[in-house]
Parts: sequence; C-alpha cells; structure tokens
Amino acid sequence: MASKQVLSPLPGVFYRKPAPDQPVYKEKGDTVAVGDVVGLVEVMKSFHEVKADSAGTISKFLVENEDAIMAGQPLLELDG
Amino acid sequence: MGIRVLSPGLATSVQDLGRPGYYHLGIPISGGMDRFSLRAANLLVGNDEGAAVLEAVFLGPELEFTQDATVAVTGADLPPKLDGEPRETWAAFAVKAGQVLSFDFLKSGARAYIAISGGIDTPPALGSRSTYTLGALGGHEGRNLMAGDALPLGQASGGAAEGRSVPAKLRRAPGTPAELRVLTGLYWHRITEDSGRNFFEDTWKVAPEADRIGYRFRGGQPLSFVDRVPPFGAGSDPSNIVDSCYPYGSIQVPGGTEPIILHRDAVSGGGYFMLGTVIAADMDLIGQLQPNTPTKFVSVDMAAALSARHDRAGLMQEVRNALS
Repeated sequence: MASKQVLSPLPGVFYRKPAPDQPVYKEKGDTVAVGDVVGLVEVMKSFHEVKADSAGTISKFLVENEDAIMAGQPLLELDG
Repeated sequence: MGIRVLSPGLATSVQDLGRPGYYHLGIPISGGMDRFSLRAANLLVGNDEGAAVLEAVFLGPELEFTQDATVAVTGADLPPKLDGEPRETWAAFAVKAGQVLSFDFLKSGARAYIAISGGIDTPPALGSRSTYTLGALGGHEGRNLMAGDALPLGQASGGAAEGRSVPAKLRRAPGTPAELRVLTGLYWHRITEDSGRNFFEDTWKVAPEADRIGYRFRGGQPLSFVDRVPPFGAGSDPSNIVDSCYPYGSIQVPGGTEPIILHRDAVSGGGYFMLGTVIAADMDLIGQLQPNTPTKFVSVDMAAALSARHDRAGLMQEVRNALS
C-alpha cells in the first residue's frame, strides 16, 4: 500500500485538538476521508484547520502537538 | 473587467507603496511590507513602481482573470501556477481571459507580491490604495480579500514584456539566521549593560503572532531595567515610558520579555520604551520572515545605517536598469 503525507499549508504552531480541553481530531490508526480536519495551525493570531487532501489510515504523526512547523512540512502519514 | 477571487488565501490584501503623511494622526503608513519586491513586480509587468498589487502572506489566493493581462510574482518563493501549469517567480508571464492563477505551498519567505499589468484599480483613500484592515481603510472595501470579490484593473501601459525576469543576483532574501541591523535609541539607557549585550548576542525566533502591525520575537533573555522612580505619566512597569511617538521600525519590549518591531500597519504612539530602530534598509526583509525563523539583531551606527540605505537604493536602481 502506498503511503501518502498530509502537508501543512501554513507555517506556525500545530495543534492536534480544537481546544485544550477537547479530544484530538484524529488518532493513529483512524481512517481519514478527503476534507477531514486533522489539526489546527496557529499563525497571525488566528487558527486555521488543516484538512486531508487524500483518504487513508493514519500510520504515523510526524509532528507533536504544539510543535513549530514550516509551510509545506509533512504532518502525518496515511496508508491506503 | 479584471480579476475574480475564487479563494482568498490567508490574508491577501491590496497594497501599494503606502500612505505616508498621516501617521501623526494615528493612521499608519501601510503599503507592502517588502516594498523592494513590490516595486520589482510592478516593473516586470510594465506598471509604475507604486501601482497597487496583491500582497499574499504564506498562502496564495486563487484568481480567475476576466481579461488578458501580464502577471509577475515576486518576494516569497510561492510558486505560481496558471491553469495548474507551473510558472516562474520574479518573471513576467502572460495570462488569458478565463485562466486561473493559483499557488503551490510556500517554499521560502513569507509574502508574495502579485503584480498585474494596469495595476489593481480600487479607489484610493487618502492618496493610497493600500489596505489598512484595522481602520477599514483603502484597498478593496478596507479589508482582506474574500471569495467572490471582483477587482478592477487599470489601463495597462503596454510596456509589459513576457519572459522578462529579475536577475537572481538582484533578488534579496533573509539569511539563516536572519540578521536585522539596529540603531539603538533614546531609551537605551533604561536597560542594564548586560541586557543590552544579551539582546544582540541572543538568537531570537519570530513568534507566530507576527503580522503587518508588528513582528514579535521570542527566545532571548528577558531584559533587566535600571532602577528608577517612574516619571509622572509613565506606568509602574519598568518598560513603561511617558507616552511618546513610535517610529516605523522601532523595537518595543513590553514587560522586557518579547521584542516587537513595529511595521507598516503599526500604532503611532504609546507608553512602551523602545530599544532602538531597525534600519530602513532591513525593513523589507522582516516582511519575508516566517514564524520560527531564527533572527539576530546586529548593532550598527548611523554611518553604517546610511551606507546600507545607499546600497539598498543602488540595488533597486540595478533592478530598474535591468528591466528598462
């Protein structure tokens, strides 16, 4: 099975949850459909949803919650 | 006739060289954060250097052209695509009515300048088409672009030539770490000698909040202030002063922790002390710093600042010569 990556469209800070007291959007092993939100990027005082541009099962997160990220950086890997 | 916004990007705005002359009334100078790139983009498409362009930050817009035009994208490496086909940055290319301009993910830098032959022809406000969003002034309805917006274009000069490009040696991008040259200022005496040394020795990082109003930095050591009795009118925090004017480029450090460089949409005055001012020649570079970019401040004197400004003007002249 081919492995695909979801890239961040924006630089900033990556969050896996919509808010600190909420569960993460997706866990490792979850299935993802095109357009599903997989995280948030905070930049210029606002938060932007990162959506999957392909479908599959999350095999690995490549960045941690609250990591500093650059535009185009791979966030997670999808199988299938 | 002009362009239609299919998707706006993150915060795409109409900008020209700015709106000087009203800062004393609290209206900032606005205009492109990287005016070198803005001027170059206009020259590539045969516009006056100060014509209005689109400034896109981090994420490009998707634009449908309703007329033929010549387009150039300068500044950040935000790869343009025309109907999905890649185009070069820092070069002029032809667009036909009905074609769609979009962008790949940002590769480096932060702000791209999209110049279109004829220029964006929104109504000027106080002598400028630049958008000042906090004041809802200028640009397209005083705000960043939204999907569905239609932007008019001015009359093209006819001087555009597709295929022209700015030679690579004349393009300028921040180094790693980025270096910003600083002239220390009136309030330098407020901090201890050790703090002053640390400020220039530490490596700072651009904070994610950095925007057109101010560029905030983190990661260096907090400043220590010289003891004082607060003067009448100043707050009790040692970083407070009696309210004063804030120059464009000045570096304030609220609470002594995170330096903020005031940029094109900044407030014009307030009660935070300023360490100094980033020299004119380096202000454009700030507009190209992504969040988390390591940055060093470098202390220079007035002679060095003026010499750098002279060199910068010379570089701009070389671009003009190359494209004339």
